[in-house]
Amino acid sequence: MAAPTVQALGLTKVYAGQTVVDGIELAVFPGECFGLLGPNGAGKTTTLRMLLGQTPPDAGRLTVLNHRIPEDARDMRARVGLVPQQDNLDPDFTVLENLRVYASYFGLSGPVLQRRIDELLGFVQLEAKAQAGIGTLSGGMKRRLTLARALINQPDLLILDEPTTGLDPQARQIIWQRLRSLLAQGKTLILTTHYMEEAERLCDRVAIMDHGRILACGSPHALIKQYIEPHVLEVYGPEVETWQDDVARQHARRTERVGETVFCYAEDEGALLDDLRQRPQLRFMHRPGNLEDVFLKLTGRELRE
Amino acid sequence: MMFHPPVVSLRWIPVWRRNFLVWRKLLGPALLGNFGEPLLYLLALGYGLGSFVGEVGGLPYGVFLAAGIVCGSAMNTATFEGLYSAYTRMAHQQTWGGMLATPLSVDDIVLGEMIWAGTKSLLSVAPILLVAALLGLVHSWAALWVLPVVLLAGVCFGALALVVTALAKSYDFFLYYFTLIVTPMFLFSGVFFPLDGMPIAVQWGAQVLPLTHAIAIVRPLMTGQPLPHLLPHLLVLLAYGAVAFYLAIGLLRRRLLA
Repeated sequence: MAAPTVQALGLTKVYAGQTVVDGIELAVFPGECFGLLGPNGAGKTTTLRMLLGQTPPDAGRLTVLNHRIPEDARDMRARVGLVPQQDNLDPDFTVLENLRVYASYFGLSGPVLQRRIDELLGFVQLEAKAQAGIGTLSGGMKRRLTLARALINQPDLLILDEPTTGLDPQARQIIWQRLRSLLAQGKTLILTTHYMEEAERLCDRVAIMDHGRILACGSPHALIKQYIEPHVLEVYGPEVETWQDDVARQHARRTERVGETVFCYAEDEGALLDDLRQRPQLRFMHRPGNLEDVFLKLTGRELRE
Repeated sequence: MMFHPPVVSLRWIPVWRRNFLVWRKLLGPALLGNFGEPLLYLLALGYGLGSFVGEVGGLPYGVFLAAGIVCGSAMNTATFEGLYSAYTRMAHQQTWGGMLATPLSVDDIVLGEMIWAGTKSLLSVAPILLVAALLGLVHSWAALWVLPVVLLAGVCFGALALVVTALAKSYDFFLYYFTLIVTPMFLFSGVFFPLDGMPIAVQWGAQVLPLTHAIAIVRPLMTGQPLPHLLPHLLVLLAYGAVAFYLAIGLLRRRLLA
């Protein structure tokens, strides 16, 4: 197997006595899309900041694109693109000026840059907006511009911190398409997201983090198979608790009640479905297990603030 | 690790250039502010007060005041840039955050920002100098040497302001700096009146203020009076600039990279 693009061994970060990232092991390989999933405060963004050399680890070893981090972070960042969680486009510049000025931070200029900018504006479908001010762009356009900006230095590794948060479904679809196309070009992607279906669609492998630790790591398919029964029924309606105690527990390996809904995780769905068809007052949805089930099983259902 | 020596390279240039390009786009209001206010001081105080005061330190009051306004304007412009504008780039627009995802470092950003603050001082002082000359308030071609001195003073005041910005939690924090440092300096560095008439303690106290030393160089250059020994005055400005540069980098590394 090729040398990893990112390798972290025992990576640790402590803020004011609190261990935010707790000795994680991470290997991301060239050409893969790797997802970092976790509730708010799990340590995802801190992990990304350490990868970028923007904050030094308190313990552990870290290499990114064969550069020791943080010692060699400047050279590494010349080969990495970042789509940050918070929009930081320059509001005083147009779309074109944003790309040109950002390129100057990498020492890029001239006709080669101009060609690259034209290509990138085409890639993110913003050709018509080249002269537009940032204030006139929609949220989706801003994200696409941020993506184009992150590609200005032709990075080998692209890091995306919640790339589709706050976007409408259309805008999200375009971002997904563009990311797939980057993967097809052989780029390595690391992304964080709260949307499990996004991770399931895009990522070759995901790591689920909580409280600064990696709880599980693998392909979405393998994790679902490992942690979740093949059939999931979500059942709700009057007296669903009684049904859970009397019927569901017999036929499902696990059941769980959340508010008014009973989740049944079963190897075989037949008996449950037969029973539910006799009870028109109960409504249900039958679906395969998914990454969100894995996520909730591992990190719990409590609300994180 | 946060206070290791600065790593200096030419990478400050793109930081400086980004600010210059924004300034060029917003040229109108920027020039009006930098240029209009000192001009009003020159006209109102120079002529208004000047007609009562007559001569000050052997000079017509307007001539005396012009050098003070040039230096005061250099200080205020660089200070404003290093406080409000830099804070906006750091905290609200996340411009520095964007730069830190590229090969630029905190050291490059601080150096670029302080040289930019000095450049803005220059951009605001040059038209004032021209207007003062047209009003007959400049008595020597040596006044052109004011420009590099103003650049140095602006870099120094910009670096001092960046130290305050590095510690600020909000814009309100800057009022401490203005009330406790900038305004007293504006009033007690010899901008509006010579220090000779002040109590000896005030005269000595004024020697601590960098603005006093900028004025000590700029006033003779503009009025054609004999120059003092330049080196001590330049050294004071350089020392303030260097210490503030070192402190601003350390504090901003702690703030942005911790």
